[in-house]
Amino acid sequence: MRKTPLAATIAALAFTTTFALADEPKRGGTIDTIIQPEPPGLVLGMVQNDPTRKVAGNIYEGLLRYSTDLEPIPQLAESWEVSDDGLTYTFHLREGVLWHDGEPFTADDVVFSADVFHRELNPSARAVLQHVESIEATDDHTVVFTLAEPFGPFLISFEAGTFTMVPKHIYEGTDFRDNEANNHPIGTGPFKFGSWDRGTVIQLVRNEDYYEEGLPYLDGVNWHIIPDGASRAVAFENGTVDVLPNGTVENFDIPRLSAMENACITDEGNEYFSPFAMLWMNNREGPTADKRFRQAVMYAMNREFARDVLWNGMGQVPLSAFGSNAKFRHDGLEPYDYDPDRARQLLDEMGYDGEEVRLLPLPYGETWNRWAEAVQQNLREVGVNVRTVATDVGGWNQRLGDWDFDLAFTYLYQYGDPALGITRSYRSDNIEKGSPWNNVEGYENARIDELFDEAATAYPEEEREALYHEAQEILHEDVPVGWLLELGFPTIYRCDVKDLITSSVGINDAFRDAWLDR
Amino acid sequence: MLYARLIVMRLLKAVVVLFLIVILNFVLIQLAPGDPAAIMAGEAGATDEEFLRQLRERFGLDQPLYVQLWRYVSGIAMLDFGWSYRQGMPVLDLILARLPATLLLTGTAFVLSLALGILAGSMAAARVKKPSGSLIMALALIFYATPLFWVALMAVVLFSVYLDWLPAYGMYTVGAGHTGLALVLDIAKHLVLPATTLALFFMAIYTRMTRASMLEASQQDYVKTARAKGLAPRVIQRRHILRNALLPIITLAGLQAGQMVGGAILTETVFAWPGIGRLMFEALQQRDYNLLLGIFFFSAALVIVFNIITDLVYRLADPRIKGAS
Repeated sequence: MRKTPLAATIAALAFTTTFALADEPKRGGTIDTIIQPEPPGLVLGMVQNDPTRKVAGNIYEGLLRYSTDLEPIPQLAESWEVSDDGLTYTFHLREGVLWHDGEPFTADDVVFSADVFHRELNPSARAVLQHVESIEATDDHTVVFTLAEPFGPFLISFEAGTFTMVPKHIYEGTDFRDNEANNHPIGTGPFKFGSWDRGTVIQLVRNEDYYEEGLPYLDGVNWHIIPDGASRAVAFENGTVDVLPNGTVENFDIPRLSAMENACITDEGNEYFSPFAMLWMNNREGPTADKRFRQAVMYAMNREFARDVLWNGMGQVPLSAFGSNAKFRHDGLEPYDYDPDRARQLLDEMGYDGEEVRLLPLPYGETWNRWAEAVQQNLREVGVNVRTVATDVGGWNQRLGDWDFDLAFTYLYQYGDPALGITRSYRSDNIEKGSPWNNVEGYENARIDELFDEAATAYPEEEREALYHEAQEILHEDVPVGWLLELGFPTIYRCDVKDLITSSVGINDAFRDAWLDR
Repeated sequence: MLYARLIVMRLLKAVVVLFLIVILNFVLIQLAPGDPAAIMAGEAGATDEEFLRQLRERFGLDQPLYVQLWRYVSGIAMLDFGWSYRQGMPVLDLILARLPATLLLTGTAFVLSLALGILAGSMAAARVKKPSGSLIMALALIFYATPLFWVALMAVVLFSVYLDWLPAYGMYTVGAGHTGLALVLDIAKHLVLPATTLALFFMAIYTRMTRASMLEASQQDYVKTARAKGLAPRVIQRRHILRNALLPIITLAGLQAGQMVGGAILTETVFAWPGIGRLMFEALQQRDYNLLLGIFFFSAALVIVFNIITDLVYRLADPRIKGAS
């Protein structure tokens, strides 16, 4: 049906990419693309939301990048060693790297970024840094991280958006958030900040002194700011922009746009974040506090339908709490297939009395509203009395932060390792009001806490697997949340834009290698 | 002299009204659900207690409400509108940066709708029982009743996608590097669709209102007198009927002018016009309260200013009002 043409396009794309690699890249040209919504600021490390990562990921860099199969590859660190006990990580930095203002990048910048800047400002980096005992620069180009105990995901935490390298000579001794330089970000990346005409465009220009010989190929990147979804689609249709990063246009526009002549579509470049759509279920009170109700919800939802109709057949229906490219995934679990009869049976067993259940859609556009309608209908078919509660982003945040919901849509990033992305939704020490990203559902299980604690610090890697498998079996049975879909977030672009997606963070550092075959 | 006194009196009253508006806005906004720190933390995709505490402390959200209100009001007295939580810039800078774009758009739409509306309305009044008059009124009814965003989208489909005559969005061609006259022409080209879209609705209202009040005025005795003394119909139409029919139009124009700062949210969103309306909408969604309060303040000030101007224009159009207040 609808799946076929897209799948065909993707196959065709895979074919063209292999071809493109054989071509000699061409220098020059500017790419026009879209950033949605307008980012609040461009200093990565100070702001880590998605639009900031997309734009500033081309200005700033981290120690490592990650390939599309999540293997670390050199960025500012040329090579690295891990001691046998898993406690000491030594990074050898690239020489001859300059900040955009001409100052040299050294080991002192790394120590400052990690030990001072991120410890103060960055909650995601803080979560990793709590395992780090000391960070030392042993010479200008060597940095040694010493851990208090082994931490499995340590090597995958150095992605530029989370663990950004910021210039010490600009920030040291200042109030970071009030620093004048925040309006003119200075990184080491392939593009320099050009200008930002608020509400209209952010322009990046080529870094002539970039350390990779010949890179980048482009003269610049213009990030257009267009608040209306239909207008963004028009901008691609009439040729004003060449690249539509993931999440830029509504899903129902995707088949039309990707079918245009000279339009290519790819699902690659989401591997690091692997956005995972979930249904929060309030474990504290109401029918959702009963495990059988939550299992019934899993059986009642037709997740394949949602993927095929609302998400154009892209993405994967997850088996359980660990996504399909998550490490240590347990394949042996019995899937929660679409089975309304089983759902009804479970509801009977628990004696569900028709108590009203409030469902909060994610206020991120039309697709999510329709998805909520589909789930509402699925649940009504098995006899659950569902009422949808509409909110805007602010209201959604507030309700989740105050635990004022029964069912709620969300999606979460997985960050390449269960200890970084997955376990935060289930650990009981992560239950805290005020955030929509922690253990919002209120699931408490001492065994799970124990397993996740052990697994994060077990060493070497093989030790972790058995622990995570046991945890997955428990979660699969308890269904603390509903596992909806591993989202396919496609990027649409003109086929003559080559080598666009080269790492697992996709568009966030895409323009480093991209070139125009024109 | 009389005018000067009147203006001073009105301005003094305006300051009091504005002060009350500031307090009212501040209180109203506290009633909205959603805490700015939690929203910013939510947007960041990751958060911990420390992060929320830092944000609250930084923006003074940890202080009691009356302290926040006092700080805000005393800030405004010094023309300090505070700091935008989300954008990390002074509110005044943000507003002033967006103001010219909005004024250009709404100002153009204002002039366009007023001029064309009065023209179409007087034409319709002069052709009251003819098909051409009915056609004008039918069109006015359609534009009056059609939702603005739909007109905007259809205009984009027709003029940008199919005909490719006009740019679909933005204020200038990004990356073209136009300067001087070329830039002016470029902006003018980008202005056509949004300004027309915005103007259509008001144009329809002016048309209907002009026609109605002109028809009413034409029944008056002084019009009969004018006809009886043999004046040309054109002169009667312009000097006796139109001028007397102008008062309700001026009232409406005053209202429209008052909306010039915040009245173009939809148009600015659809056409990606970098104006205040969009800024306001985004500030609302992000619970960027200081920014929102700042925009409210400017909108309120503009409404007050245009009310004063409207009153003055009344006096010009109708000398009888002079003694009244």
